[in-house]
Amino acid sequence: MSADPTQLAFEWDCRILSDNGCGFPAPGLHSFLFKPIFTVGGFEFNKVMLLALITTLLVVTFFSAAFGKAKVVPGKLQMVGEAGYDFVRRGIVYETLGKREGEKYVPLMVSLFFFIWIMNVWSVIPLAQFPVSSIIAFPAVLAAVVYITWLSLTFKKHGFVGGFKNLTGYDKSLGAVLPLVVVIEFFSNVLVRPFTHAVRLFANMFAGHLLLAMFTVASWYLLNSYMIPAAGVSFVMTVIMVLFELFVQAVQAYVFVLLACSYVQGALAEHH
Amino acid sequence: MIANLVQLAAEEKQNPLVPPGPELLVGTIAFAIVFFFFWKKLLPNINKVLEERREAIEGGIEKAEAAQVEAQSVLEQYKAQLAEARHEAARLRQEAQEQGAALIAEMRAEGQRQREEIVAAGHAQIEADRKAAASALRQDVGHLATELAGKLVGESLEDHARQSRVIDRFLDELEEKAEATR
Repeated sequence: MSADPTQLAFEWDCRILSDNGCGFPAPGLHSFLFKPIFTVGGFEFNKVMLLALITTLLVVTFFSAAFGKAKVVPGKLQMVGEAGYDFVRRGIVYETLGKREGEKYVPLMVSLFFFIWIMNVWSVIPLAQFPVSSIIAFPAVLAAVVYITWLSLTFKKHGFVGGFKNLTGYDKSLGAVLPLVVVIEFFSNVLVRPFTHAVRLFANMFAGHLLLAMFTVASWYLLNSYMIPAAGVSFVMTVIMVLFELFVQAVQAYVFVLLACSYVQGALAEHH
Repeated sequence: MIANLVQLAAEEKQNPLVPPGPELLVGTIAFAIVFFFFWKKLLPNINKVLEERREAIEGGIEKAEAAQVEAQSVLEQYKAQLAEARHEAARLRQEAQEQGAALIAEMRAEGQRQREEIVAAGHAQIEADRKAAASALRQDVGHLATELAGKLVGESLEDHARQSRVIDRFLDELEEKAEATR
């Protein structure tokens, strides 16, 4: 955490062809570091944490407003909330786990989806302009919650040996390759899976933020002399990337929850 | 340049895949709050309402079905009543016809009886008249015969004839003869 933290991704007077000799202030790892807003006994509270807490506040406030005084004949807000809720419940949980098995996991999946989605959306919100999920800690926490959930479910449902067999795809008919399969499956399911689950979300948001920052910074940096058309191209690319990011943000939230559901389904399945 | 190098050196120490502790804590708390609200409060709330709505819709359908069933039963009842009424009307008509026929027959019989009575009375009257006429005739004939015989004999035989009843006897004989030859 000792890289140079930046609040602004670029400096105002740094332009191409200007004679102050500065180069292109390319966004990099330093774009993901923030100076603490305040520090309490060594605990550095920064912008990302603030955004994470605002995310919580937003999600809880919105759904409290929508579902707090829910009516049989819904208002507009409740209708929007219900549409979102129904999308996760029917579109993801019931589709993968079925209505009977899945009902229990609806609260987890719904909160995962909306929490992740709003964390992602910060990427394009003016002033915030930073996806909370591009800091590995946040996806990691969520992936860990899912990991603990499906792992404990596996052992609860199949017992220790059965759970182990479930995790490793143990099947006697495999014969000689059985040890190999067991090792690979164990490695892939138990060790790699939570990592990929978290990193898939993190990396998408990380890359998205880099791209956005890149084009945004370049739009300003190129805005000089005969390079102005290039700045225009960069600006158009910024707009396109914002739209693309909006899409990716929703898709990544969807994929994260879909995978979580499929892991839970694997844990509940009779045979792996 | 030096600043850049420092930054590069610093970046080498930074690994974006190693989660920083404070963020882990904040992330956990942030998500826990969201999950807790959804789990304990908001989703039970909305599920209840969704269930109520489902029941309201299905209840409406059930009500409509019940109404339809009732309407059907009322219709059948009505039809049955109508059929019964028709049947009753037919029965009444039949009965009236029968009664009418009986009445006509009775009247006819009565008429017949009265006619016969009148006829019989007429016959009796005629017979009585005839008898009266016959008896009057017999008296007249007897009287005339006696008068005629008296004229022939030259003396009144009336008292004698009346006392002897000779003429009656004669006439009776005549009648008997007439009946015997008939």
